[in-house]
Amino acid sequence: MTDTAYQKLLIKRYAAERRFRAYGAIALILTSVFLLYLLVDIVRKGWPAFVEHHAALEVTLDASQIDKANPAAADYLAIVKDAWRNQFPDLSSRTDRKQLNSLLSQDAAENLRQQVIDNPGLIGQTVKADVLLSDDADLYFKGLSQESDTTLLERLKKQIEITRHISWRLLTNGDSREPELAGLRGAIVGSLLTVAVALALGLPLGIAAAIYLEQFALRNRWTDVIEVNINNLAAVPSIIFGLLGLAMFLNLFGMPRSAPLVGGLVLALLVLPTIIIASRAALRAVPPSIKEAALGVGASHQQAVFHHVLPLALPGILTGAILGMARAFGETAPLLMIGMVAFIADVPQSFTDAATVLPVQIYLWSDLPELGFQSKTAAAIMVLITILFLLNGIAIYLRKKFERRW
Amino acid sequence: MDIQTSQIVTPGGPRIMAERPVRISARDVNIYYGEKHAIKDLSIDIPDKAVSAFIGPSGCGKSTFLRAVNRMNDTIPGCRLTGAVRMDGRNIYEPNVDVVELRSHVGMVFQKPNPFPKSIFENVAYGPRIHGLAKSRADLDGIVESSLKKAGLFEEVKDRLHQSGTGLSGGQQQRLCIARAIAVNPQVILMDEPCSALDPIATARIEELIDELRQNYCIIIVTHSMQQAARVSQLTAFFHLGTLVEFGGTDEMFTTPKDKRTQDYITGRFG
Repeated sequence: MTDTAYQKLLIKRYAAERRFRAYGAIALILTSVFLLYLLVDIVRKGWPAFVEHHAALEVTLDASQIDKANPAAADYLAIVKDAWRNQFPDLSSRTDRKQLNSLLSQDAAENLRQQVIDNPGLIGQTVKADVLLSDDADLYFKGLSQESDTTLLERLKKQIEITRHISWRLLTNGDSREPELAGLRGAIVGSLLTVAVALALGLPLGIAAAIYLEQFALRNRWTDVIEVNINNLAAVPSIIFGLLGLAMFLNLFGMPRSAPLVGGLVLALLVLPTIIIASRAALRAVPPSIKEAALGVGASHQQAVFHHVLPLALPGILTGAILGMARAFGETAPLLMIGMVAFIADVPQSFTDAATVLPVQIYLWSDLPELGFQSKTAAAIMVLITILFLLNGIAIYLRKKFERRW
Repeated sequence: MDIQTSQIVTPGGPRIMAERPVRISARDVNIYYGEKHAIKDLSIDIPDKAVSAFIGPSGCGKSTFLRAVNRMNDTIPGCRLTGAVRMDGRNIYEPNVDVVELRSHVGMVFQKPNPFPKSIFENVAYGPRIHGLAKSRADLDGIVESSLKKAGLFEEVKDRLHQSGTGLSGGQQQRLCIARAIAVNPQVILMDEPCSALDPIATARIEELIDELRQNYCIIIVTHSMQQAARVSQLTAFFHLGTLVEFGGTDEMFTTPKDKRTQDYITGRFG
């Protein structure tokens, strides 16, 4: 080959390499942009759900309305509503009063009630009560309101001191029909219970199956069939697992509907193939020389596997567990089939209580017409992502801790 | 010792054999990997307290037979053996033989140093521990120390027994593997090309060590280096295409081989 021809070839080769690098960079940039856009959009929409507005209302605690011996029994909401209307004496028509009431949350009197129960000496005095505003008023003060008539709200702003607080309700309340009261605690607890069941079942089963298939099972047609089926199961749409759960756990075994127990069982089936495949890959990646060395000094097969191969495969197995857990956390479709999609206001107390999970809660809220639920939906996504990050972080920490060189 | 038709015994062989008891004795051994016939009608008597080298071109079956002596081939799916391999008169392929116990009598050192990714101490202590050889912690310390001393490694690592065994140099790692094999008190040590991954200086140390160990153990070494076979072994077996061509005293084998194939191999005409 002549020199110039060779030069041309060289130039072509370098150009090809540069092109390939450029494609890679473009792909990376595009991905980052999409991801960033998604995150920014969610945070922009979700942050208002983390704050709420209160009004500092002067309330006279009339001893005739509150029994000193039993302050918890009094109707504080009525007291607050009276005081609220007294602030606007000119608004006396039925519609005006209705509109006025609609600015207060149903739970507006909760702080006052707690205040009085903690300190019954307040009865008979006039106190500044911290009352929660309703969703409509809250949105107005956040600047998100789409109301056309804001005269009353503007008046409220002038007349009564409005304060802004972090909305712990988002994390401590159960679900509610009122946007300002709806919280994620039920969904978070439901998710944790469900994933706990899924992992408690899926991890030991998956790892045991992987160890058996990889280290003990004879290579024959049966194990081949099983292997192919496990790989296929990993690709089965998740809704099918939901149908299986519905038919088997609910209809055949008569387990409770909407329960984290059943959800966990279904998710365990769902993540089992993922865990098995990842664990088998991790076990296969351990150099065979390590096992041979153990066998060579007279370890039994089981000792060689459990003393040497398994500890070395553990980081990889943990990775599989992370993947499985992340999948279980984000799964919605199969849980719809077993009834975890209901409106459930109570926080589940046990594995058999009716519950919902975070992704289903997001789905439910995203469907609601109230404006307040839009930011709640985005906030719920933020909470879900944060929990996933936390759990993954823990798993990665554990993996790093167990990781060893060989 | 019976003389097989395929086996021409060089003059030095019988002398070495006569001075020592036979440790390993194989009769009519055939080994198959599925369809492949890897070892054909092999019979051999290997004496105690001597180094026997297995040489031959790649794929001749020398490693296969070596691994048959501690039944390491059991772990390979589709591997079958017929015939008898006796150790101290007992056929190790009889159904009532416990393979775990057998491997505590037949140690093995592999081609690539393969210490466990644990501390130096744990590497050596693992075997005695699973076999229950040490009654106390002090006992175990003693076994580890004496094993490392026999492997000529103790002086180099005595201050860092609890550091990782994988942090040692290649030669040190291989001596650690030898110490690990010695720690369970074997009678036989099998070495599968123990120096092929080592530099000449580390190789020389291992060879010295093998020479010392032969006072107490029956050592079988598979090697691709004929110089190494000549340096460390008293007996040499030449394998070719799954058959044992010639087995006898190393000196005679390299100076006056009886078989044409042996001569061709050691003069470098094939392999």
